[in-house]
Amino acid sequence: MPEAIEKVAIRATVNGKQHSLSVEPRTLLVEMLRENLDLTGTHVGCDTTYCGACTVLLNGSAVKSCTMFAVQADGAEITTVEGLEKDGQLHPIQKAFGDSYGLQCGYCTPGIMLSAVQLLSKNKSPNDTQIRKAIAGNTCRCTGYQNVLKAIRLAAQVMREP
Amino acid sequence: MYPRAFHYHRAGSLNEAAEMLSQLGDEAKLLAGGQSLIPLMKLRFANPAHLIDLNFIPKTSYIAHENGVLRLGALTRHSEIENSEIAAKIPILHDCAAGIADVQVRNRGTIGGSLAEADPSGDWAVALMTLSTDVHCLNAKGERHISLPQFIKDAYTTDLSHGELVKEVAIRIPAKNSGGAYLAFKRAAPVYPTATAAVQLTMDGDMCKDAAIVLGCVGLTPVRVTNAESALQGHKIDDKSLAAAEEAARAAADPQPDMRGSAEYKRSLVGALVKRAIRIAEKRARGEQVQVGPIYA
Repeated sequence: MPEAIEKVAIRATVNGKQHSLSVEPRTLLVEMLRENLDLTGTHVGCDTTYCGACTVLLNGSAVKSCTMFAVQADGAEITTVEGLEKDGQLHPIQKAFGDSYGLQCGYCTPGIMLSAVQLLSKNKSPNDTQIRKAIAGNTCRCTGYQNVLKAIRLAAQVMREP
Repeated sequence: MYPRAFHYHRAGSLNEAAEMLSQLGDEAKLLAGGQSLIPLMKLRFANPAHLIDLNFIPKTSYIAHENGVLRLGALTRHSEIENSEIAAKIPILHDCAAGIADVQVRNRGTIGGSLAEADPSGDWAVALMTLSTDVHCLNAKGERHISLPQFIKDAYTTDLSHGELVKEVAIRIPAKNSGGAYLAFKRAAPVYPTATAAVQLTMDGDMCKDAAIVLGCVGLTPVRVTNAESALQGHKIDDKSLAAAEEAARAAADPQPDMRGSAEYKRSLVGALVKRAIRIAEKRARGEQVQVGPIYA
């Protein structure tokens, strides 16, 4: 066990805002977001890289923030669920989850929405197989997958409209 | 869950990482994609005093095609291989990359990390053993190239010596009349497979000229089934040779019973996977396009 652990200075852009932080190396990215930046929309579910409740976008790619150290996000752009809305307007994926009843307890929802955002950023017209594959790393225990699929289909449609 | 406290080192080059590794000794671990190491550290199964982060080293993630060899940088993410047009020309690579865990894990996990971990349930070693694959390793003294079967020594054990790391994975591109398939049977996307089968066939008309058949999750290392290979070589792919290959795969498998199933169940499963993978590999060797994904329980 090492004696004194030196903290590491990092800079990260979270939801468009620059932050300079000093973190212990073992601080997980999800803890930095929740504890240091007070962005508690990113949830900790299983804490073992299974459930995807902690999913955020790292430079546009969905990652499990419980399985990354904050120091690894140095220089990165991170998007959490709080960063989806713009100027008080819900992101189409957020609106679609509401309109399609794509959630019940809502614990898994931020993570699923960010997985869906990555999918729709790369594929504007995903079929059901592609949607299922995109959210295979997100677990919902209220058994809401059918309406989650509906919500992502709806968001894709809304986002395609000019 | 917090891992035990550790010192963090950010390597600027692979040479520097190798130097740090030899200086810091056994207490140091390399951090590549972290998708196995970080969970192990959180559960305190791994407690390194020093982590050497490879993720900030430039030019360690690439897929290059040169003189019939596909060269992949050690930190090439599974998702980069999944979405690579060059890698798509070797269907077994796409099968493997696109079936590992889930999108989030594939965005972080690396091919070099997967091979260096040598998890008996890992995907890459199984798929790549059906091809001629070399692992390029680096230490302070220089580079050496090790064939993949020599590289994987035992469960979680490789031929990497103290202060040595994986730099690149070099795969010989199979011949035009060759086709392969990698099938994983899983209970859900984020979990390790219950069993996997990798098959690469080279066909000469109706005859199987060459076969490579490797099983995963049913032994401490990937299991090469030479008896299944010889059941196909010089024969047509028909019910008789398929049954012989299936039987040989079941006999070669040495699975451990666990929460994913009994030994007998896994033996039966891996036989069925081999049969299915042979059929797909044969079609692909003939130039047919066949889509393959993980098979869910």
